[in-house]
Amino acid sequence: MSLILASINYWVTIILMIGGLYIVVAHGNMVKKLVGLSIFQTSVYLLFLSPGKILGGTAPIISEKFEVYSNPLPHVLILTAIVVGVATIALGMALVVRINEAYGTIEDDEVHEMEQD
Amino acid sequence: MEFLQEQLPALQVVLPLVAASLCALFRFGYLSWLITLSSSILSFLVAVFLLLRVLEQGIISYEIGGWSPPFGIEYRVDLINAFVLLIVSGVSAVIVPYTQKSISARFDSTEQSWFYCMYLLVLTGLLGVTITGDAFNIFVFLEISSLASYAMIAMGRDRRGLTAAYQYLIMGTIGATFIVIGIGLLWAMTGTLNLYDLAGRLPEIKNTRPVLAALAFLTVGVSLKLALFPLHLWLPNAYAYGPSVASAFLAGTATKVAIYLLLRFFFTIFGGATFFTETPLPEILKILALLAMFAASIVAIFQSNIKRMLAYSSVAQIGFIVLGISYATETSLTGAMTHMFNHAIMKAGLFLLLGAIMFRLGSVKIEALSGIGRKMPLTMAGFVILGLSLIGAPGTAGFISKWYLGLGALEQGEWWILVLIVSASLLTMIYIGRVVEVAYFREPTDEVVQLKEAPSEMLWPAYLLIAAAIYFGFDTSFSADLARQAAVLLVNAVY
Repeated sequence: MSLILASINYWVTIILMIGGLYIVVAHGNMVKKLVGLSIFQTSVYLLFLSPGKILGGTAPIISEKFEVYSNPLPHVLILTAIVVGVATIALGMALVVRINEAYGTIEDDEVHEMEQD
Repeated sequence: MEFLQEQLPALQVVLPLVAASLCALFRFGYLSWLITLSSSILSFLVAVFLLLRVLEQGIISYEIGGWSPPFGIEYRVDLINAFVLLIVSGVSAVIVPYTQKSISARFDSTEQSWFYCMYLLVLTGLLGVTITGDAFNIFVFLEISSLASYAMIAMGRDRRGLTAAYQYLIMGTIGATFIVIGIGLLWAMTGTLNLYDLAGRLPEIKNTRPVLAALAFLTVGVSLKLALFPLHLWLPNAYAYGPSVASAFLAGTATKVAIYLLLRFFFTIFGGATFFTETPLPEILKILALLAMFAASIVAIFQSNIKRMLAYSSVAQIGFIVLGISYATETSLTGAMTHMFNHAIMKAGLFLLLGAIMFRLGSVKIEALSGIGRKMPLTMAGFVILGLSLIGAPGTAGFISKWYLGLGALEQGEWWILVLIVSASLLTMIYIGRVVEVAYFREPTDEVVQLKEAPSEMLWPAYLLIAAAIYFGFDTSFSADLARQAAVLLVNAVY
């Protein structure tokens, strides 16, 4: 139990990662796939952010009152990664709308069937 | 002039980026094409100057915004990425003159502008991935190029282009996320994102579990991007149903940049060939490469859509390149990098010629092409020459790279690999031969009889690539010799 609690951030990361990837693979609905993809990407944000936090540390604004600071780098990186993630999901959704217009369905297997003939 | 010289690494990326936003602002097709043309040619010139400077004075380090590395982002140009920059910007500069004819036939003025905007963003991303010396920057540029290429593929005339783009988006994003996980683990272990800094710190801790996990994530992520068998599933449809220009451009550049990333990660930052051969990676890559060479070639033989056939052929050729990487010797890496260069020329040329056929005939189904050799003699002659180069006939560029790959295998005493390389090339001969047979030895159909030769704007860019494919078959002082110098740097992890 203590093993899990000591590194709870990593366990949550792993669960989200596997869960997200599973949704992408297992679901046939294209919107649900994108939801899974989004969860998968979110797990990575946690992976980056949690090692940057130092217990008792404050925001890295230099002042005489504080000696311990958290690492600001991961926040900057993840801000960028969130933007990339938003762009990916937006483009994915736009494609799903176009697929729906072209095929009349967003189910993977039905689209696949229509492509065969 | 001196100032401009200093700023070359930044200009390499900034030029196409600014041009892309200009295209999006003006939204007037012909103007956008002119902007794309000039910025493409300029970035090719920048790449040439960069290569000359690297040859003259060694590694160039450029501090973005004046923040010194490892805290700021560094652009670091050595022989390896200067070579790749030249491939990417060169292929792009040849393709742009062709695009105007091909794109204006199908899209209105605004749509054309968006297409050029996407094209330039792909170029920006690919050049950025190649030039940057910062691991996270690699991810950002990779996603810029990937997102733009999904949009470009979705502009194909077939509705299957949409599903191909969607599939590519899902797999590409999973690949990119794997790469970020790998980079994140490396960062957590070393506290740095600068590739040069990483290369200095990793060797001490290379056998710890997070670092090995990072290597695994990076390998899988990059393999997805470069379409290594069996992670190639997105590629055939994306190339087959996207616009011809997009297929030619992506086939010539996107997978090559992913291969560069693989080399960079495996050799430069993890400590050269010694580390690489300690891991189980050489065996795994060798098996996957051989599977790609055979499985993809056999699938290519049975395709009725020629664009799809060439897409599968790309998967097979990537197998050849990865085979070279798996040996991790000077000769085999020379072969891999030369093949990267030659394949970019050959595949881009083949897709351009197919685009010309698509432009005239409106189809690239193999049965629709019967007798086309009589009506479009220049197009088909070019197809045959590039096809021969793809097979690896002596006197063409393809022969040189396969020669080095074979030599690399022989040096390791694995003569049977040589047999496999030759037999995979024979499979190439079968699928190229099928097209040649239909095009030259069958009676033209009614539709083919009415065809004219492809317009000259579309032919000369393709012939430029054909000339290059022949030239580099005889004179290897540029392609193979540069590749050998780069291979030496890779094997010894000099950065």
